[in-house]
Amino acid sequence: MNTPTGLTIGGLESAYDQLATAIDDVGPDKSELFLVKLALLAAQQLGDEVAFGELIAKAQRDL
Amino acid sequence: MHQPTTEPRRSIYYDYRIHQPWLPSQHGPQPRHQVVIAGGGPVGMTAALELARHGVPCVLLESELQVSEGSRAIVFTRRSMEILQQVGVADRVTQHGLPWRFGNSFYRGQRVFRMEAPQDDNDRFWPMINLQQQYLEEFLVDACEASPLIELRWGNRVTGLVQHADHAVVEVDTPEGPYPLETEWLVASDGARSGLRSLLDLKLEGASYEGRFVIADIRIDLPLPTERLAFFDPEWNPRNTVLMHREPLNIWRVDYQLPEGETPEQALEPESLKSRINAQLELIGHGGKTWEMDWCSVYSARTLTLPDYRCGRTLFIGDAAHLLPIFGVRGANTGFQDAQALGWRLGLICSGQAHESLLASYSTERVGAAREIIDEAGKSTRFMTPPSRGFRLLRDAVLSLSLTEAFVRPLYHWRTSRPHEYSGSALNSAGDDNALFQSGPAHGAPPANVRLGADDFLLDHLGGGFDLLVFGATVPADVQAAVKAWQAKGLKLRVLLIGQCASAPGVDACLPDTEGRARARWGVRTDGAAYLLRPDQHVCARWMTLDAHRLSAALQQATTGVAP
Repeated sequence: MNTPTGLTIGGLESAYDQLATAIDDVGPDKSELFLVKLALLAAQQLGDEVAFGELIAKAQRDL
Repeated sequence: MHQPTTEPRRSIYYDYRIHQPWLPSQHGPQPRHQVVIAGGGPVGMTAALELARHGVPCVLLESELQVSEGSRAIVFTRRSMEILQQVGVADRVTQHGLPWRFGNSFYRGQRVFRMEAPQDDNDRFWPMINLQQQYLEEFLVDACEASPLIELRWGNRVTGLVQHADHAVVEVDTPEGPYPLETEWLVASDGARSGLRSLLDLKLEGASYEGRFVIADIRIDLPLPTERLAFFDPEWNPRNTVLMHREPLNIWRVDYQLPEGETPEQALEPESLKSRINAQLELIGHGGKTWEMDWCSVYSARTLTLPDYRCGRTLFIGDAAHLLPIFGVRGANTGFQDAQALGWRLGLICSGQAHESLLASYSTERVGAAREIIDEAGKSTRFMTPPSRGFRLLRDAVLSLSLTEAFVRPLYHWRTSRPHEYSGSALNSAGDDNALFQSGPAHGAPPANVRLGADDFLLDHLGGGFDLLVFGATVPADVQAAVKAWQAKGLKLRVLLIGQCASAPGVDACLPDTEGRARARWGVRTDGAAYLLRPDQHVCARWMTLDAHRLSAALQQATTGVAP
């Protein structure tokens, strides 16, 4: 059985709120730059460019 | 009729000298030459000098009557210096140039990255040296004029070309009109706007980037070391990039990107230049200092190459063959390697030591090198001048992160030009011990220099033909016999014994390796190991123990591209 990874429901709700608040805080002019910075930091933390590529592909779906 | 200017170009630091044009009426009928080189820039002259080293005469056509305008290529790499040493001008470049090894990138007033190019005690030359191109050309002109094998014809411009199976007829225009010139081989070193490339209707492949840069040379007294300075998104030029390099004689190169939508003409208006250069000087804390403009131009990054550097009897080298971005100093530095790679092959062919099919490997190796450079240069160009919204966002994100996050800082590295390793070359020996070595230069790699004494380095002793480096105290008798047999056929092949020897039979030079530096750098563990270097000093075979049979096989492979 796979070890469960990822956030708990509560953790996901917290991340959701934090990100939404941060996007509002930086404002429309800077939110795109902010999100790209965040993505790079997350990619570095993930330490796996293949997995990061899969996340990019998932995020590209159903836009 | 070709009328090159007879007015010396203007410069505040360089005295241009006008040479007399070569006029056909003052010379007899022209024989068919073995090699004509079209374009007397640094790359064409290096090719001529390299050919002369192999004993092959050439005619070198230069359309102007003086060396090039402006400083142009100003940074020369260690490998370029090693090549220039081969053709005899490295000492003068060292004498006049400014060596360096550090680069700095700045964002919002903070130094966010410092590049340190490695410097080994075994290297004679620094990673980089700055010198204005006019001086390098002057040194090369002097060397060409001193060679009895090079006929440098000033004021001779190629205007036509007809290719035949075994020769080409070039139409050359002069101040008194055109004349035909027959040659077995034509080397096109006529630069970025190559007329020969157009005459042959050849198309470059690759990408052109939108970002344009002003390149300006100013004379100013700045108390700063010779280091590369790069400024990203400075307040006076938002979103764009500015570069600064020190040149000899208190000249500074300032490169800055044009704001989007501005034309080159607008950018070169004196008032615009003045206010922007003042703003940049202000940024580095030297606002208000007086300065004088010498030369300026507009440049845009391109990563383009011909897919094949041979077209019939015409062979392309330098900017005529490929256009590479200035970031990473890849233009002239790539061209010298082309000149050297072509020079020895044409030398062998013209002296009857090789078949013209050897030229296929010239094109394969150097197109491969250009494509590798394009791939690397593309990365730094995309960082310096982001080509799309996505690339700009990522670049800006990296700039912002770099103020606090170390992991993104290596992205500032501009991937300086480095010599290509011809790992897959058809000239590499199939039956040697390449794979058995754990270190040292492998198949196709450029040589590793070694300090042998106070002012004595391994590369001082190499070149002009094949070099066989034998590590140990003696050269086996069967190897000596094989070397003699190849020399008797006319091949230039020297044997250098590296060890503790004084002299030994069958050896052209003994190089003492008292500290074992050569063994360490070349990955040699036991006596009897050997390296075979091509005339461009790239490795084409190496052995743990050498025997006559395998030496001959390697030489045959290296001179034909085919295994025996």
